[in-house]
Amino acid sequence: MELSSSAQVEMYRLMVRIREFDERAVLLSEQARIPGPVHLCIGQEAVAVGVCFTLNRDDCIAPANRAHGYHLAKGAQMDRMMAELYGKVTGYNKGRGGSMHVAAMGLGNLGPNGILGAGAPIAVGAAYACRYYGRGQVVVAMLGDAAAAEGTIHEAMNLAGLWKLPVIFLCENNLYGEFMPLAMHSSIEDISDRAAGYNMPGVKVDGMDVLAVHEAMSAAVARARRGYGPTLLEVKTYRFYDHVGRDYGVSKRPEEEVAYWRARDPIKQLRTLLVERGAFDDAEADRILEEAHAEVEAAVEFAEQSPYPDPSTLLEGVYTEGARA
Amino acid sequence: MSVKKYWEGIVEAQAYEMERDPTIFVAGEDVQMGGLWATERGLFARFGPERVRNTPVAESAILGLGVGAALLGMRPIVEIMFADFMAVCLDQAVNQAAKIKYMLGGEARLPLVVLTHQGAGRSMAAQHSQSLEAWFCHVPGLKVVMPATPYDAKGLMHAAIRDDNPVVYITNKRLLGLRAEVPDEAYAIPLGQASVCREGTDVTVVATGAMVKEALDAATELAQRGVEVEVVDPRTLSPLDSETIVQSVRKTGRVVVAQEAVMFSGFGAEIAAQIADLAFDYLDAPVKRVGAPFCPVPFSPPLEQAWLPDKTQIVARIAELVPVGAASVQG
Repeated sequence: MELSSSAQVEMYRLMVRIREFDERAVLLSEQARIPGPVHLCIGQEAVAVGVCFTLNRDDCIAPANRAHGYHLAKGAQMDRMMAELYGKVTGYNKGRGGSMHVAAMGLGNLGPNGILGAGAPIAVGAAYACRYYGRGQVVVAMLGDAAAAEGTIHEAMNLAGLWKLPVIFLCENNLYGEFMPLAMHSSIEDISDRAAGYNMPGVKVDGMDVLAVHEAMSAAVARARRGYGPTLLEVKTYRFYDHVGRDYGVSKRPEEEVAYWRARDPIKQLRTLLVERGAFDDAEADRILEEAHAEVEAAVEFAEQSPYPDPSTLLEGVYTEGARA
Repeated sequence: MSVKKYWEGIVEAQAYEMERDPTIFVAGEDVQMGGLWATERGLFARFGPERVRNTPVAESAILGLGVGAALLGMRPIVEIMFADFMAVCLDQAVNQAAKIKYMLGGEARLPLVVLTHQGAGRSMAAQHSQSLEAWFCHVPGLKVVMPATPYDAKGLMHAAIRDDNPVVYITNKRLLGLRAEVPDEAYAIPLGQASVCREGTDVTVVATGAMVKEALDAATELAQRGVEVEVVDPRTLSPLDSETIVQSVRKTGRVVVAQEAVMFSGFGAEIAAQIADLAFDYLDAPVKRVGAPFCPVPFSPPLEQAWLPDKTQIVARIAELVPVGAASVQG
């Protein structure tokens, strides 16, 4: 399905917002104004945007731990996201989750997982419920090339393929599992080759091309909505920074490799394309960037001004009170 | 009221709840044939393949199925055939089911029942015989029930299904065939409520699961020997009804905590520590425990019998706390 020019401009805006958010977040993390680690999706923005543009609000995602882009792409507000990363009570999770778990059920985000691969069985369960409700909802389970080695992925794919559930397994293959290159942790190069083993189609797509991601994902979503079952969609992508933060200082990837992928920056690619097509001009693109900066700064301000949760609330939210009659 | 087996009560409760709530479904290995332990018997014939689902042998997928469906508003009952296999899918229970609500800031409800089966004594060897309730009690976000009687089995299953949290419902294989008078109508035993199964004045035995019957048998024997034993069954391990336990210890001044699980680092240690803290001024003797020895469950029957705690150990611990009269000639 061909997207309108305005939709493509919206995709561009969303990718820019994601990048600006993450660029700022990592600096704040380095300054310890954001506690704990941040897992950046810089370089991988086209995946979150291409995928989420095919989803409705009530479609669900079960992200992995590199999930800021997905939450924004699912409609999250930057200020509440930033507040969550700061651990403030005004954050989406009231400060209980932080960077690795920032989510909102109301936006269809079931919550990113700090346990790689654990979201896949949960996504299968959510897809089971979606099919029961019969409203055509789908669920997307994110996994990286690293998580593809986890047993839970195989259990989940087998069950989804067996029961033909409306779930899409989205493998972001960024060529590294934590600090290990693909060849060191994966028995195969193309994770999507495994799909046939689970009775579902396996698709590969250039993850730096947001329109290509959108097209491939649209087909998978249509399949799922029509009751034809799951798809394993592998997006070839690359993170411009380290597994955690910008430079963990332990393991360096080859410079030529990083340069190769930076030259295929998804944001630059789309900007060039949209200018060529006359969808916008450089002035508009620059304005979008400025607006994103302003939005990020306002979010930081909101987070900094917000209070921390009160320790007296420590035990709240462990259990749901009451039971049905 | 009619005489029912422990497993029949579990089936009745599920059937009743499934009848009135179409979002309840049962999933697990071989549940369509009624389950290895009969705890799903007849459900497939009554509710069909949409509500009673056979799953692959994939514990993380089974538990994840339950977690995901519960998050989206269904009320799944998933079965893990042997509690030992909870080790295979522990992440889905401990890091997922137990924590999603809290990590999301209290948003989300997870009304999930995880039905599983414990216990030794049937020559099933080390990987099919364990009692692991302590693992689940240790995790904030889970609730844990361990019914010891047919009445409690049915009432706690009603309650577990109706609760909006993940509840680990643990049977003991040796209890499944127990028979007793059980109401025909539906009734839910509140979670977190202990039961005083037998009143006594001289010593309290706090017993769980299969050890409740052993404690009652010990009490019957000791009544002939001049000792009146009070038996308290927590029924729900987490949240624990400390109040009822402490009240009993205040009355008797002496207590034995009995479990089938390995004694070292078992749930009985939590009960014992709470008693020592909350009832110290009422204790006339140290808190004693009964539990299995610190080794895996052996296969060979004489070894397994030596491993399995029963009323003998309970009587022996009580004899360390109170003078016990000679056994009567009639035995």
